[in-house]
Amino acid sequence: MSILIDESTRVIVQGFTGDKATFHAKEMMAYGTRVVGGVTPGKGGQQHLGRPVFDTVKDAVNATGAEASLAFVPPPYACDALMEAADAGLRLVCIITDGIPAQDMMRVKRYLMRYPRESRTLVVGPNCAGIISAGRAMLGIMPGNIYARGNVGIVSRSGTLGYEAAAQMKALGIGVTTSVGIGGDPINGSSFIDHLALFEKDPETKAVVMIGEIGGPQEAEASAWIKANMSKPVVGYVAGLSAPKGRRMGHAGAIISAEGDTAAEKSEVMRSFGLHVAPSAAELGSAVAKALAKVA
Amino acid sequence: MDVHEYQAKELLSGFGVPVPRGSVAYSPDQAVFVATELGGWHWAVKAQVHAGGRGKAGGVKLCRTYHEVSDAAKEMLGRRLVTHQTGPEGKVCQRIYVEAAEPFERELYLGLVLDRKLQRIRVFASSEGGMEIEEVARSNPDSIRQIQVEPAVGLQPFQAREIAFGLGLNIKQVSRAVSTILGCYRAFRDLDATMVEINPLVVTKDNRLLALDAKMSFDDNALFRRPAVAEMRDPSQEDPREVQANQHGLNYVGLSGDIGCIINGAGLAMATMDMIKHAGGEPANFLDVGGGASPERVAEAFRLVLSDRNVKAILVNIFAGINRCDWVAQGVVRAAAGLKVPLIVRLAGTNAEQGNQIIRDSGLPIVRANDLADAAKKAVAAARG
Repeated sequence: MSILIDESTRVIVQGFTGDKATFHAKEMMAYGTRVVGGVTPGKGGQQHLGRPVFDTVKDAVNATGAEASLAFVPPPYACDALMEAADAGLRLVCIITDGIPAQDMMRVKRYLMRYPRESRTLVVGPNCAGIISAGRAMLGIMPGNIYARGNVGIVSRSGTLGYEAAAQMKALGIGVTTSVGIGGDPINGSSFIDHLALFEKDPETKAVVMIGEIGGPQEAEASAWIKANMSKPVVGYVAGLSAPKGRRMGHAGAIISAEGDTAAEKSEVMRSFGLHVAPSAAELGSAVAKALAKVA
Repeated sequence: MDVHEYQAKELLSGFGVPVPRGSVAYSPDQAVFVATELGGWHWAVKAQVHAGGRGKAGGVKLCRTYHEVSDAAKEMLGRRLVTHQTGPEGKVCQRIYVEAAEPFERELYLGLVLDRKLQRIRVFASSEGGMEIEEVARSNPDSIRQIQVEPAVGLQPFQAREIAFGLGLNIKQVSRAVSTILGCYRAFRDLDATMVEINPLVVTKDNRLLALDAKMSFDDNALFRRPAVAEMRDPSQEDPREVQANQHGLNYVGLSGDIGCIINGAGLAMATMDMIKHAGGEPANFLDVGGGASPERVAEAFRLVLSDRNVKAILVNIFAGINRCDWVAQGVVRAAAGLKVPLIVRLAGTNAEQGNQIIRDSGLPIVRANDLADAAKKAVAAARG
């Protein structure tokens, strides 16, 4: 089944006519994603890549019945684009943008709360690679060919480390239902738990890989949630064992600034809550194989 | 991004936070001039460096004569100050702050932070000022008052009053504490800070509050809309390699090992460094070349990594998605000509085979690795010589 997106999901691209958005929209369409149009304020009425362009997200939704969007909007306008998407009633927005101010995301999260939980827009990202349901649809910038279609879910803060996991799994004949990048920022649209809950409900997903890194409480929170709520095995890995305290390691959220923030502490918490912690980054695939063997 | 104490005070006083009178100085003569302008006979001369713990390291001197001010300035300026927060190399002191010193009765603590768990701004205060807050949190957690700010409406006066009354202040002091707390919050919000710390926030005999020390950190992602803050950046307080990396759009963090790293993606970079440690080696740096690994970027990455004299081997790990491995390989081959240390390259993803072919055909002594474990093992062996 997969989670979040499949070949029937109607997708629009916010920031459609920009260079990067154009490149990735083409890739997504080639992968089989049902891209139905895009939004660039001021270019409504034009055609781009054979699809209609709209001035506003509401216009796009009204005309195409779009349910999800991929937002490629520069940092100064990103939080506005997310709120516009929520207001237009999209159920899912994936925001790739790196560089959004943290207080903007704080305000977006608060804004989303004006909608009741059942109909609230799910935001994935920012600063992420996106979402891919292997063999079905891609809402992001990942290289589609590294994912085999199968029954393992991936949820990761890191884009390229997520690719590494998928490639290691593919080499062992293990495929993916859906891979979700929740991004590297300190305040994200959705956490590990949000996607673990979806994977737990998805009949096709038999196991999940959770890839974290230094900084923030979400790995520890997820580990406790997994113990209390998940029946499926979870393989965990936390990047950044060699990261020094107080230094930002690339991602805005990858910084050790509080107790529990280190990779060693998080790995220990994962273990204590029953996750299978991969012994090293080179053994993500083999750890998944082991976990699946136990289920079989 | 961090700023100096005097800059934090300048910014905060613009929002109504009371600070002692003072001015920055760049020479002993200027320091004395500031002291004469301030008047009185008590001044604090403080080294301006991006680190805490200055007092214990001799970076804060209380002076009673112009001579003492001049001597203190001479002592601090041009020297590296080593505190328990700077690391052994310390930070160079090129500016000092001369401030009017006056007696006070109580020392409080006031801090604001963007809390990742709550996804809210959190304001916390303690009646144990002058101490490190982590220590207070350990020894006397009940003395810390906290409130969360609701993003939809901001910090409300009743919340600031709750904190102020909780600190045992009298009604005259409470009203000043409220405007101080609100001022700190508004600065935090309107300047896109990530941290504001006033330690100590002192109470004088005549019921005034003063921010005796102030620290502020800012969200790098927001600097595009805070030019007045961005202008305050002081590269002398940062690792010169990191300053250079920033200028070229690269993410670099210098570490203490001898295996240089060039990787695309922060998570993969950290994981690669973890693998090096797992294989018995030590990474010399973190370096994320990001999405567009053009030949120019790759060349700059090599230059940065090699500017670290400790580097005995270089590991390049690229998982190409949008990038193509053949494109990256061209950049690597160009940058590697004339390289004097061993180079291990692992390419994966789009066009990996073509990329490896380009490296083979170059005739350069580049060691190719198949996967993460292989790459780390070869890099560690190469560094050992």
